[in-house]
Amino acid sequence: MAKIVGTIYTTHVPAIGNAIRNKKQDDPYWKPFFDGFNFVHDWVAQVQPTVAVVFYNDHGLGFWLDALPTFAIGCAEEYKTKDEGWGIPTFTDFDGDTDLSWHIADALKRADFDVVTCQEMYFDHALAIPMELTWPGVQRPIKIVPIEINTVLFPIPSAARCLALGRAVGKAIESYGKDERVLVFGTGGLSHQLEGERAGFINKKFDLDFVDSLPTNPEWATQFTGEEIAESTGTQGVELINWLAARGTIQGDAKTLHMNYHIPISDTAACTMVQVAA
Amino acid sequence: MTVYTETIFYGPASTRGYPLNKMCFTFNDKAARDEFVSDEAAYCKKFGLSEAQTEAVAARDILKMLAEGGNAYYLAKLASGVLGLDMQDIGALQTGVTKEEFMAKLVAAGKD
Ligand SMILES: [Fe+2]
Repeated sequence: MAKIVGTIYTTHVPAIGNAIRNKKQDDPYWKPFFDGFNFVHDWVAQVQPTVAVVFYNDHGLGFWLDALPTFAIGCAEEYKTKDEGWGIPTFTDFDGDTDLSWHIADALKRADFDVVTCQEMYFDHALAIPMELTWPGVQRPIKIVPIEINTVLFPIPSAARCLALGRAVGKAIESYGKDERVLVFGTGGLSHQLEGERAGFINKKFDLDFVDSLPTNPEWATQFTGEEIAESTGTQGVELINWLAARGTIQGDAKTLHMNYHIPISDTAACTMVQVAA
Repeated sequence: MTVYTETIFYGPASTRGYPLNKMCFTFNDKAARDEFVSDEAAYCKKFGLSEAQTEAVAARDILKMLAEGGNAYYLAKLASGVLGLDMQDIGALQTGVTKEEFMAKLVAAGKD
């Protein structure tokens, strides 16, 4: 049977892609962020995942306003990236796990999550950068199941709905017959806002309250509407709903093995965290 | 809780902003970026941008692009990918401070 080996949460800012390409990991600006991955590398080597299920939000590469899903799951044999207009590096293509994708997609639909299934899909920095941070410069030993959540067009799915989605995905993974070792990712956040007169908004207090709530009280964030989350954490900080979905895959309490929080990376309060079942 | 809704992107803004955002979406491809650079006005016209949207693009006025329905995720492809601004240039432009002041504000947010 498949087993969830743990969850990784990380910021996915595009500028990280450029820092990787330009080998800036030891630059004083970048070091506090990249050092947060030393633990991740050792831990991943220990738990030896075979599949990554990744909750992320697309920024206008794989999806766009012509047809914008609230929840979408990739069911493709391979996935591609592009430079997204930023000129960020494109990483090697990613292998999918279609059997697990369909198993999760079917389970979600049976649990009344009307998820869009995608047999061709581009994914952007929000998925590619966390993979590159976790397995830098090496052939990734994993296949990928991408699950995309809308954060572009409001109303975004509620925190409660995203947590419930994650719980349904977690159950689906644990009912999967093959012996996969599944590592779940939630990417994006934490607080940041790129646009408008409030550009540069960061809210350390809210971020740390959110991070503290995740292991044993992930319902904490569900008291807020999407708009209230945007108010507290910035219009792009709402990406924390990906973290809630990832957290939901661990049934019951979780414990934090590692946390690194650093302000700023680009306009963002950067955070990296590893959690496993308590 | 008072919700800061000014920059929250809902359907009506998405209707208004559709031509502008659609143009920005094409910038995922370098050929489109090159075509824009070679004749900005013609490229804006090709996507049916309104007069106000075309003016906002010509003036590099990001606040106005937002007011005309532009979405941050798509505008970033124009501002960063085509115009060569980084997020701190963009932040400074929108908030009326220098880039150094904008970056200092970010650093200060970590000290609280
Ligand atoms: Fe993002």
